[in-house]
Amino acid sequence: MVQFTLPKNSTIRTGKTWPKPEGAKNVRKFQIYRWNPEDGQNPRVDTYFVDMDTCGPMVLDALIKIKNEIDPTLTFRRSCREGICGSCAMNIDGINTLACIYGMDEIKGNVKIYPLPHMPVVKDLIPDLTHFYAQHASIMPWLETKTNTPEKEWKQSIEDRKKLDGLYECVMCASCSTSCPSYWWNGDRYLGPAALLHAYRWIIDSRDEATGERLDELEDPFKLYRCHTIMNCAKTCPKGLNPARAIAEIKKMMVERHV
Amino acid sequence: MAYVTDRKRAAGLGSAKTGTEHLWHMQITSVLLLVLVPLFLIAVGPVVGESYEAVTAHFARPFPALATALGLIVALNHFRYGVQVLIEDYTDGATRKFLIIAMIGVSYGTMATGLYALARLAI
Repeated sequence: MVQFTLPKNSTIRTGKTWPKPEGAKNVRKFQIYRWNPEDGQNPRVDTYFVDMDTCGPMVLDALIKIKNEIDPTLTFRRSCREGICGSCAMNIDGINTLACIYGMDEIKGNVKIYPLPHMPVVKDLIPDLTHFYAQHASIMPWLETKTNTPEKEWKQSIEDRKKLDGLYECVMCASCSTSCPSYWWNGDRYLGPAALLHAYRWIIDSRDEATGERLDELEDPFKLYRCHTIMNCAKTCPKGLNPARAIAEIKKMMVERHV
Repeated sequence: MAYVTDRKRAAGLGSAKTGTEHLWHMQITSVLLLVLVPLFLIAVGPVVGESYEAVTAHFARPFPALATALGLIVALNHFRYGVQVLIEDYTDGATRKFLIIAMIGVSYGTMATGLYALARLAI
């Protein structure tokens, strides 16, 4: 349900300002959301100063530098550092994106970093994505077939394979779903752009034989039809994908089998 | 605290197997309104600011009466479907159900009132 204000124990306070690095000439200010479930305190925004002359170009480079050299308690997810694993998704300068492929030259002024919006926070920049992953699992993200398995492989034409472009590249970083107001207000039932993009990826796969069942499962005022083509998902996707288009295609197929 | 698996929580009560009719009716009424709104303006425009007698005489003619009646029916159906989506977006539980019932009541009530007024004028 819609919620326009934060609960009292979630309102953000001003946190600690860490000292500037000595002798550094090219310093950049970072304001980072901090919350520790174990100290019983409200979330806060800590301020760090990073020497850009000894830091890599991406936001993740700065976060790693802060963790290594300034504050080892700063907590965030990261793994591949090249936009493939989707671990380091966070809200940077008001945009949900991957810290590892978001250059600091794209940001004007101070760098403000928060966890993905409207998700429960585990600690600092780590959102709880349990429900998001369970929703992804619910759309059966695998090939469903009824025909006996062929001796070699399930064949697919070049044209049919091309239909999966723009869909299979999704790394499940949750940037799109957590930028969607419909997902903010009804995320318990609405599957969200990421899960629906994956659903469409399997619906249009020429090898998949469960198209009808997949559409049956999605035909629901909340699972699918909360999408109002707001387009935040397409705007924010760090991989340049368009989940809104995939959802629109699912809706067209739904109408197609009714009319 | 309930011991419910993440997968069960995500599945909820399963698919309602509905929703497409709602979308399709919204699309139908949208397309019809593209035609009916200009028709309504053409039908009503000439008598804006005219005397009571002139307006009643105008609506006694078939084209203004039918254009207005159709506009009223389709626009209020469109309103009913659109506002239901709005209510579903921003409310939940008993409030959601109450508001949907109230909104449908207001839509049909307004439609009935408008059609009755038109009938009185036309006949």
